[in-house]
Amino acid sequence: MALVVEVQDLVKDYNGFKAVDGVTFHVAQGEIFGLLGPNGAGKTTTILMLLGMTEPTAGVVCVCGYDPNKEPLEVKRITGYLPENVGFYEDLTAKENLLYLTKLNGIPEDVAIKKIDKVLTTVGLLEVKDKLVGTYSKGMRQRLGLASVLIKEPKLVILDEPTTGIDPEGTEQVLDLIRKMSREMGVSILLSSHLLYQVQQVCDRVGIMFRGKMVAQGSIEEIGRQVLGEREGIMKLTYDYISDEALSKLDGIDGVLEKKIANNSIILKFNEERKLDIVREVVMRGFLPIEVKGREYSLEEIYIRYFREE
Amino acid sequence: MSGLLSVFLKELTDQFGSRRFMLIALIVVITGLFSSYTASEALREQQFLNEEYLFLSLFSLSGGGLPSFLFFISFFGPLLGIILGFDAINGERTRGTLSLILSQPVYRDVIINGKFLASIATVAIMIASIMVMIAGISIAKLGVVPNGQEVARAFLFFIACILYIAFWTSLAILFSIVFEKSSTSALTSIAIWIFLAFFVYMIAGVIADEVYPITRQSTPELLAKHESLRTMLLRFSPAVLLEEISAAILNPTVRVFGPMFETQLQGLILTPLSLSQSVLVVWPQFVALVAASIICFAVSYLAFMRKEIRST
Repeated sequence: MALVVEVQDLVKDYNGFKAVDGVTFHVAQGEIFGLLGPNGAGKTTTILMLLGMTEPTAGVVCVCGYDPNKEPLEVKRITGYLPENVGFYEDLTAKENLLYLTKLNGIPEDVAIKKIDKVLTTVGLLEVKDKLVGTYSKGMRQRLGLASVLIKEPKLVILDEPTTGIDPEGTEQVLDLIRKMSREMGVSILLSSHLLYQVQQVCDRVGIMFRGKMVAQGSIEEIGRQVLGEREGIMKLTYDYISDEALSKLDGIDGVLEKKIANNSIILKFNEERKLDIVREVVMRGFLPIEVKGREYSLEEIYIRYFREE
Repeated sequence: MSGLLSVFLKELTDQFGSRRFMLIALIVVITGLFSSYTASEALREQQFLNEEYLFLSLFSLSGGGLPSFLFFISFFGPLLGIILGFDAINGERTRGTLSLILSQPVYRDVIINGKFLASIATVAIMIASIMVMIAGISIAKLGVVPNGQEVARAFLFFIACILYIAFWTSLAILFSIVFEKSSTSALTSIAIWIFLAFFVYMIAGVIADEVYPITRQSTPELLAKHESLRTMLLRFSPAVLLEEISAAILNPTVRVFGPMFETQLQGLILTPLSLSQSVLVVWPQFVALVAASIICFAVSYLAFMRKEIRST
């Protein structure tokens, strides 16, 4: 798979304070990569260096084959960047705002007008396109932000804290759009956030940053195993009759750690990794699973565990 | 440079549409028109109608208790310039639009150049329209039509006014880059304006007194040195530069600034100077005014190019 972003040993030194300290990662085409970490971990600084908006002290950055430091305009042409707390001109309508951005992108006006309607449809703001942005809610603004990113048909989209400060419904809409961008339009997405649950919902891979360093990287599953180790799941089963005899029918299943009878049902503890096989096996033997708590690794746990260890 | 044009047009629309600009423009237009109206009344009453360059004196003459048009420009001009520029950068920063614009494929200087040019264009359009209105009044009331020489001089006066206001705009833009809050940048610009407009006279006098103490028995040479030092210090104020430029441009008989000895005046024939000669008289002032704006703009340009823009 082609790599859209390649970052190697990136360092940013602000007068002795290393905001970013030797970060290495890559984003493949069509992938959603989540940059995670507490505030001040160096996420935004990393993003600014990707866009050539601040100069790295050391290290290599490459976006679609361009060096953002030397060719910032090329990078900005193919990259849609939605900064944290993005603002629009409040005294202009959504359409006028987007029109101004297309002009700065050198898109001719007749093409731009068609594109504006298209992206506003995608983000669901077509009906309010002639309203002043000053009257928009925060969620609508964020969706307008996504529209402003989509309008230049980017190869890479960088979203800095895209869901901070929006209500749950707005968050859901934004996350949906992010998924849509990646799955349907094949855009690579790099998003930074400290809201773990949301990142977990959309990201293919995540990198966890802490004090300027990339401390863990990979799919949430991988990082979870790395940090939390093997997990056990719990299953609740029913059977025609609950007895020790029934319990013995569950013997010999690989990965079952413990089995017991409680409250008229059978409780099974098992190795998380073999969840699917065990469920299949149990059903084959005539048991009916009524509850399977195959807890996935939650980023929250990883996060807490990781930073407690630090 | 399609980006520059887009930024320029956007800023120009913003400036003309903003309420604060409309307010100050209204004040300047009303005071300007009234001052030239009263000036034309005074001219008519005093039967100056045979005077040469009558049209030009509309800009510099005061009458009926109202100060001259020139005074209003030198007084309100800085305020206008500051209003046009004080939140150029930090205002966009606080609203979060600056990082939006900077993530578009345009060079960073396009933004500051576009803003600066738009401010100058706004000033130019405004001053030009007031001057045309004044010309209309003078033609209607006095029946004098400006000749070519007067039009050329009026045009130079127009340029000087723009340069003067451009200095204040670029100063305000500079502060809007340096300071995070637009209230700070506005207050700093206004403080500097008040200092250069009012206090510079006192300070120049005090310094001149310190360096060349004068008494009633002082020699004329010492008095002359004292006065020329005072004038030199005063010229740090753009308002003084504008006054000197306008004095020479609007009044063709002005040929020297500062003290002169009687011996120097001997044999002088007080004929009006030609346009190019008048320009020569105030050429240093012109250059100083341009240089002041350029220095301010260059510093703001550098500061802006080096600044790291974060949205938070």
